[in-house]
Amino acid sequence: MATTATGASPPAVALEGVGRAYGERVALRDVSFTLPAGATVAVFGANGAGKTTLLRILAGLLRPHAGRACVLGAELPREAYRARGRIGLLGHEPMLYRDLTVRENLRFHARLHGIADGRAEELVERVGLAARADEPLRTLSRGMAQRAAICRTVLHAPELLLLDEPLANLDPGGAAAVAPLIGRGAGPARVLISHDAEQGLAEADHVLGLRGGRQAIWAPAAEVQLGDVRGLYA
Amino acid sequence: MRATVSALIRKDLRLERRSFESVPAMLMFSVSTFVLFHFGLDRGSLEGDLAAGVLWVTVLLASVLGMNRLFVAEQEQGGFDGFLMAPVDRTALFVAKAVVLFCFLVAVELVAVPAFVILLLEPGPGQALPELLAVLLLADAGIAVVGTLVGALGVQTRARDLIVPLIALPLLVPVVIAAAEASSPLFAAGGADPFPGRWLLVLALYDAVFGLLAYAVFDFLLEE
Repeated sequence: MATTATGASPPAVALEGVGRAYGERVALRDVSFTLPAGATVAVFGANGAGKTTLLRILAGLLRPHAGRACVLGAELPREAYRARGRIGLLGHEPMLYRDLTVRENLRFHARLHGIADGRAEELVERVGLAARADEPLRTLSRGMAQRAAICRTVLHAPELLLLDEPLANLDPGGAAAVAPLIGRGAGPARVLISHDAEQGLAEADHVLGLRGGRQAIWAPAAEVQLGDVRGLYA
Repeated sequence: MRATVSALIRKDLRLERRSFESVPAMLMFSVSTFVLFHFGLDRGSLEGDLAAGVLWVTVLLASVLGMNRLFVAEQEQGGFDGFLMAPVDRTALFVAKAVVLFCFLVAVELVAVPAFVILLLEPGPGQALPELLAVLLLADAGIAVVGTLVGALGVQTRARDLIVPLIALPLLVPVVIAAAEASSPLFAAGGADPFPGRWLLVLALYDAVFGLLAYAVFDFLLEE
């Protein structure tokens, strides 16, 4: 393993020389790090740096073309089935059906994960969506849809959260409502993509910087300066 | 797996009830085609082979519209990702989608077949209705199985509207042959001829073979 951060074992994520290409274009090259269980890594990088590709590899939705990827002790893609139901992915899209209500969407996902409907109801209350829970998702504002998507992400109490700009579209009240579910101290290990350097550094134990698909920074968050992160976008 | 299949079916039927994306289009296509045949052939009524051919080619082409839309919500709204990350048997998606497409076909035929009888058939199937129902159900099952497989393949390509009919129609030629052969005597001019039960067996065999084949390969279609 090229770069390692010590912590409790087994690690939530262990990557060794991971690469991924889309045809001729290399999106990710030689990424290596180990994230201990319960820790948070903030991932920074300009558009096209490979952040979303990294997240989808960790979610088991993309195969790495090079290297070794191990998530929650499961070797990907060979043992991806062992990680299913233990990862929560919050991407750019809410992964919810626009013509179903918030409640119907969450109950559907609860059934896929074998969870009682009560958990969905509890989450809807916690994020302040109870009054709108019976409205189709397409009628909700983007902030409301983001709250619903966060409920879907944590519905099954995942051990690893993969969060792509989780606070996008949320007002301060919304951000405060979801903080106990996906914020620091929520419990699960987190891979957090952010373009807000200050907030990302404050939330993270480790920092991964990507530039052109390559690993430019891997260090404890305390050792990374704001300027280092901003340099990734230069 | 039963709970997962049930959840997927209920979700899809609810989405169709809200969006009306598939069944109305399939139905409009079927009825419009019968109207076109009614005037295009310039005949008061059809019987035998010709009637059976018109019915089954229309049903098959209408079913392509349903196949094209079958996985669109999963692809465009992240349903595939949510499903693939859940701890469930992936073939549950195949079973659920095949059942949903089968339900769509039955719903369309509840209106389209009477429209076919009114517009093009003289006399109607009359006493042969149970046999016609058996042919319809077995043919629908075959179309649903193959349509689900091809729909899953097509939705991952950019040319979905082109790929689905190009793959599905040749694969479904045996269904059209068997269904037309089985239903042709039911539409005979002088009342129903003896029913050729062996074509029902052909349809049942087709359903079983393609059902098992689709069940075996569907998992791989969902792989990236």
